[in-house]
Amino acid sequence: MKILTLIRQVPDAEARVRLSGGSVDLEGTTVVMDGMDEYGVEAALQLREGGAAVDEIVALAIGPKRNEDVLRTALAMGVDRAVHVETDERLDAVALSKVVAQVAQAEQAELILVGGQEADWDSQALGAATAERLGWPQLTWTNELKLDGATLSGRHDVDEGNESFEAALPAVVTTQQGLNEPRYPTLPNIMKAKKKELRKDDLATYGAAAKVKFVGAEIQTRARLNKVIDGKDPQAAAAELLDLLRNEAKVIK
Amino acid sequence: MILIVAEHSGGKLGKATLEMVTAARQLTEGGREGPITVLVLGQGVAGVAGEAAAVADQVLVADNADLAQYSAEAWAAATAQIAQEGKAHTVITPGSRSGREYAPRVAVKLDAPYLEDVISLQVSGAGLQAQRYTYLARVTETVQAEGSVIVVSAKPGSFAPAAPAAQPGEQYDVDLDLPPARVSITGKSVEKSSRVALSEADVIVTGGRGVGNAENFGRFVEPLADNLGAGVGATRAVVDAGWRPYAEQVGQTGKTVQPQAYIALGVSGAVQHLSGMGKSKYIVAINKDAEAPIFKVADYGIVGDINEIVPALIEASKR
Repeated sequence: MKILTLIRQVPDAEARVRLSGGSVDLEGTTVVMDGMDEYGVEAALQLREGGAAVDEIVALAIGPKRNEDVLRTALAMGVDRAVHVETDERLDAVALSKVVAQVAQAEQAELILVGGQEADWDSQALGAATAERLGWPQLTWTNELKLDGATLSGRHDVDEGNESFEAALPAVVTTQQGLNEPRYPTLPNIMKAKKKELRKDDLATYGAAAKVKFVGAEIQTRARLNKVIDGKDPQAAAAELLDLLRNEAKVIK
Repeated sequence: MILIVAEHSGGKLGKATLEMVTAARQLTEGGREGPITVLVLGQGVAGVAGEAAAVADQVLVADNADLAQYSAEAWAAATAQIAQEGKAHTVITPGSRSGREYAPRVAVKLDAPYLEDVISLQVSGAGLQAQRYTYLARVTETVQAEGSVIVVSAKPGSFAPAAPAAQPGEQYDVDLDLPPARVSITGKSVEKSSRVALSEADVIVTGGRGVGNAENFGRFVEPLADNLGAGVGATRAVVDAGWRPYAEQVGQTGKTVQPQAYIALGVSGAVQHLSGMGKSKYIVAINKDAEAPIFKVADYGIVGDINEIVPALIEASKR
């Protein structure tokens, strides 16, 4: 059984997001493997280490040249091989799923792991759209995952709480916080990763075209009042705050 | 036809459905063709359908045992089938966890563009233009799509709930071909709160790690929330520590909220948390650390000890 794990490279959460020419400019920004995708890579490794019949774990990134870095990180964490579909083109999640589904078919993957919502496009659509293209079921927002033979089981969050589930492979699973603690690549593994295969692919072979056109972006920092009350006299501070909320903001009665 | 997939729970129509109707009305005013049609999927949903009829031009009801349990595959199949049969040019789903789970499948089935989790929506030439948040809600993007059908999910709280229409819409029963269920749900834990739901609360009182421990939520966060008729929220650190249930988590990996007032007690203000609450109308921060990032986004703040300030607030808010 092969596992395909999808990776996006995103700005570090604490990094400042800058715009230039009406779109986000990541030049000079610290970029890292998306945290939710990292849970997916770790989940793949743990399934294999836990005794599941995993023949190979392949990491896939679709994006600009710098994505090689996150793929090397995944290789250093322990995935076996990486595929990089290199492109500077901006594709929406539904368009990207066309690439992912074809790679999954070519690789004969039976399980796809991807983050529930990555920190760049704030989209939850890639896992679901890929599942639909492949005709597979999906389990989203998974925070517990087991694989017994070809049966997945685990738990995931839903609108009103969480559910335990069971499903047969093949399937798409989206991952999130709570699923595991991703490992740090060790130096020997970082060295080893340099020798692992990182295959380059051309986006043109997949026939994926954006259906959603990007028009522009802005950073809207809402002007906040920033009225800070000294709390040395708690009663006075509490009274002042309630007065502001009632009579200035008019948001409480 | 504009097709809206109803969100409902416990036999009641969700506020999200009324919000989607408002988005749809804006589109019809902008020249997109109606009727505004609400699709109600589920079992025993006659009451929900009746509520939907008050705001929609027409309501399609699939009252079906196979839909008793939500599943992304079934919801996607049902929605795509109705969209095709009704020649919908716009399909709107809620931007809830489930809505954003089946909407992409509908888009793939219809070979349609998908505008996800939009906060605004308008007619633009032959297509639609929308705004949505990206980069942990720090950036507002404008996107555009054209096509014979466009799938949209609408971010909860972004559109005002629709008022009842002059005349209730007609209701029709529909039959569906549904795929067999491939995911079996072996257990379900519904985290209910006796308080107002976070997605619907006008005021939210959230506790962070600075609250100290689980017991202090009962001493500080809950009584203040109750006095203000507010919902209770929690940060990721608090949920990770097991002090509060995941259902209360606000942030990138939890819920996105947009109340009138968001009162953060002992919350430091990590960017992942801000992405879930940063669009609140008024943000109030109470923290003893004057350097905490939460103060940068706060309208009102008190620098002080929660152990002293919050009891005073609870006492003063009783009046």
